[in-house]
Amino acid sequence: MILLLLAAAAQHHAGHAPASPAPATERAGPPAPADHAADAVYDPSAMARARAAMTREHGGGTFSQVLVDRLEYRAVRGRDGYAWEADGWIGGDIHRFALATEGEGEFGHAPDEAEVQALYRRAIGPWFNAEAGVRQDLGRGGRRTHAVIGIDGLAPYWFDVSAQAFLSTRGELQTRLEASYDQRITQRLILQPAAEVTLAAQDVPELAVGAGVSEAELGLRLRYEIRREFAPYVGVHRERKFGAAARFARAEGERASATNWVAGVRFWF
Amino acid sequence: MPPLASTAIDRRTLIRGAGALALAPALPAWARSGHAGLATAPGTLSGDTIALTVGERHFRTGGRSAHAVAVNGTLPAPLIRLREGQHVRLSVTNTLKEDTSIHWHGLLVPFAMDGVPGISFPGIRPGETFVYDFPVRQSGTYWYHSHSGMQEAMGLYGAIVIDPAAPDPVASEREYVLVLSDWSPMHPHAQLRRLKQQGGYFNMQRQTLAGLIAGRDQPLEERLHWGAMRMDPTDVSDVTGSTYHYLVNGHGTQENWTGLFTAGERVRLRLVNASAMTNFNVRLPGLAMTVVQADGQAVQPVETDELQIGIAETYDVIVRPVESRAHAIVAEAIDRSGLVRATLAPRIGMAGAIPPRRPRPVLTMKDMGMDMSGMGEGGMGDAVIDLSQPAGDPHAGHSMKMRDPANAPGVRMGPGVATISPMPVDRIADRPTGLEAEEHRVLTYAQLKSATRNPDTRAPSRTLDIHLTANMERYMWSFDGVKLSEGAEPIAFRHGERVRVTLVNDTMMPHPIHLHGHFFELVNGAGDHAPRKHTVNVLPGGKASFDLTADALGDWAFHCHMLMHMHSGMMRVVTVRHEGGGVEDAA
Repeated sequence: MILLLLAAAAQHHAGHAPASPAPATERAGPPAPADHAADAVYDPSAMARARAAMTREHGGGTFSQVLVDRLEYRAVRGRDGYAWEADGWIGGDIHRFALATEGEGEFGHAPDEAEVQALYRRAIGPWFNAEAGVRQDLGRGGRRTHAVIGIDGLAPYWFDVSAQAFLSTRGELQTRLEASYDQRITQRLILQPAAEVTLAAQDVPELAVGAGVSEAELGLRLRYEIRREFAPYVGVHRERKFGAAARFARAEGERASATNWVAGVRFWF
Repeated sequence: MPPLASTAIDRRTLIRGAGALALAPALPAWARSGHAGLATAPGTLSGDTIALTVGERHFRTGGRSAHAVAVNGTLPAPLIRLREGQHVRLSVTNTLKEDTSIHWHGLLVPFAMDGVPGISFPGIRPGETFVYDFPVRQSGTYWYHSHSGMQEAMGLYGAIVIDPAAPDPVASEREYVLVLSDWSPMHPHAQLRRLKQQGGYFNMQRQTLAGLIAGRDQPLEERLHWGAMRMDPTDVSDVTGSTYHYLVNGHGTQENWTGLFTAGERVRLRLVNASAMTNFNVRLPGLAMTVVQADGQAVQPVETDELQIGIAETYDVIVRPVESRAHAIVAEAIDRSGLVRATLAPRIGMAGAIPPRRPRPVLTMKDMGMDMSGMGEGGMGDAVIDLSQPAGDPHAGHSMKMRDPANAPGVRMGPGVATISPMPVDRIADRPTGLEAEEHRVLTYAQLKSATRNPDTRAPSRTLDIHLTANMERYMWSFDGVKLSEGAEPIAFRHGERVRVTLVNDTMMPHPIHLHGHFFELVNGAGDHAPRKHTVNVLPGGKASFDLTADALGDWAFHCHMLMHMHSGMMRVVTVRHEGGGVEDAA
């Protein structure tokens, strides 16, 4: 009885209307049965088929997405350039296979930089995925192959962030850090600041990569979501190479930094 | 949507009315406008033998048309009217290219007749006919729907009215069934795909910079608090009016479903929420509603001005219009992204005035399971969320972290669990989401009292906590952090045992949770007159308890009735067995 009163008092304390009494003594629940009640009524093999489908249909779906985050024209001092960044995945809630690609170049020429990544991506928490796979460079800088490990996800305050480390077959180590933020101005008009930093463990002259902070990119893109899946944008893109990387670029007759107007489209399906 | 204040017959309404007539075969006769009440509604199916055929057809509303799944060619499906104590044989013929099924929602039937493929029976394959055969043991307002794939979202739902064997204690001169639903020309599988790609895809009412500058919604400091937690206070509904048309008996606002009355009559409205993804706020501006039934079970009459009807719930209300004018029946999606207006009118051709749109709700800390009302002055506005504090810090007292496993020991933590309510309180007496500050009366669960004494008033012999868990960004939904597809164990009950089940909502959305084959008594302070329900809408960040007498032998489905939550894994099999495991003598 005392227990009962205590239980009732505890319930009352929690701020509710007094309820019918909670159990005074706890009894364990029964073990879950291993058989299925309907098997005794219907053909067990038909039930097994339906049960397998029912189980799969409630949480076991496979989904996919192709997101072309950037497909843009870049005006660089009279020269017409282009750039792209895209990611596609297929899989369930936890395990996914992803293909990612990005690159840039001038119209009429092969891309200066181009890469494709094939990744296994796994959810490791509510907000982040870990990924591992390979990266193949296809641009003018050389056809390197890298092993990739990385992490991507949603940081507090709604920042999309990712970090990837690359180890090439020649033993070169680089990391790439990215962050962006979608600032909704209205329901459809979105301003996206984005930053990307490349760090390297050593100089790679033919790729114009220098040890330490090699390169940084900053972007500000204003997009209008005509549909969620289709949004043209305009913006500005600035990139700058540092230290050895800047010297390598100048030696190639390129500038170490550039600021470009961009216009493009973001779409997904 | 501009306020449409015409109560007179206008030309456009007439033209639309004619349009609706041209489409008439899509609507069952009972659901058409302008008949004088259920007693005279043709096309109602009743008797001992009822034949239903599930098939494809096109459905059109609000100028958009798409594929639908219909019963006997109509959407909603035919009204089935039965009498308590009769026996019924319902043959269901499947003319689709995929399996189908029909579940009799709220009806106490033998488990093998409950209509859930993979749990109660194998399902109905294309071209086959399955005969459901059961005694009718109850009376009240219920409904039926497919439990296969997402056919329910494509139109496979209809109402069931069961007349009591004794004279009906609820007196009325007229009655109408109002089947509320949501309809999108976008295939439900495409909707789910979009949600998996982008959890907020359908939310076109998010907070914006323009809103901040204009002083709307949360102030900056609060936005930062919520942003730190990656929580969106406008995430009230997953699928919204950005794709949905809302319907009353298959009619959108333009088609203006109309029921007739004579001034002074008591009109009984049997409300059924047959939506896939929409909880509705229902009101008839200027008319009080007296609630007389909840989930088909008689309750002591309670008068109110507005009620929220969770998906799969039913309410019977009596209204008594004394003026001979049109009255709007308004069913508004709880995120206010859309509504549907129907009309009660003294004659056909009138339209009730659509009330001005109310601002959409913005969730609070309480909806996140942090009720600060008992924590000294300042209340929730001053809440400090310490994201850095380690779990289980002995100096911290109760952890206020938003995702502390210590606050939910039974939950498997993983990518599918974004938050655990740190201090969930029992919200059974709270007003439902978005209606907290309404000036008029709003129904709460605590106001419901059974008209008769509960059949089983034993104290429960054990308790069972079930957490409703989710990650909105990944669009993952589960119980206790485990999806059904992950091989979740059944929830087992002994036959006849009485258990207090507490549902803890660790998400920021209300979840209408439905247990098949049983009524349970809500623990709402009504003692031995607790309301008996088959579905309970658990408010965000809060708890709701019910006492269950596990009296129906067999295996049953238990799930969130948000169709896409269920499909994402928020479901379990419930078993009721004799001690030792058998189901002999299952009714």
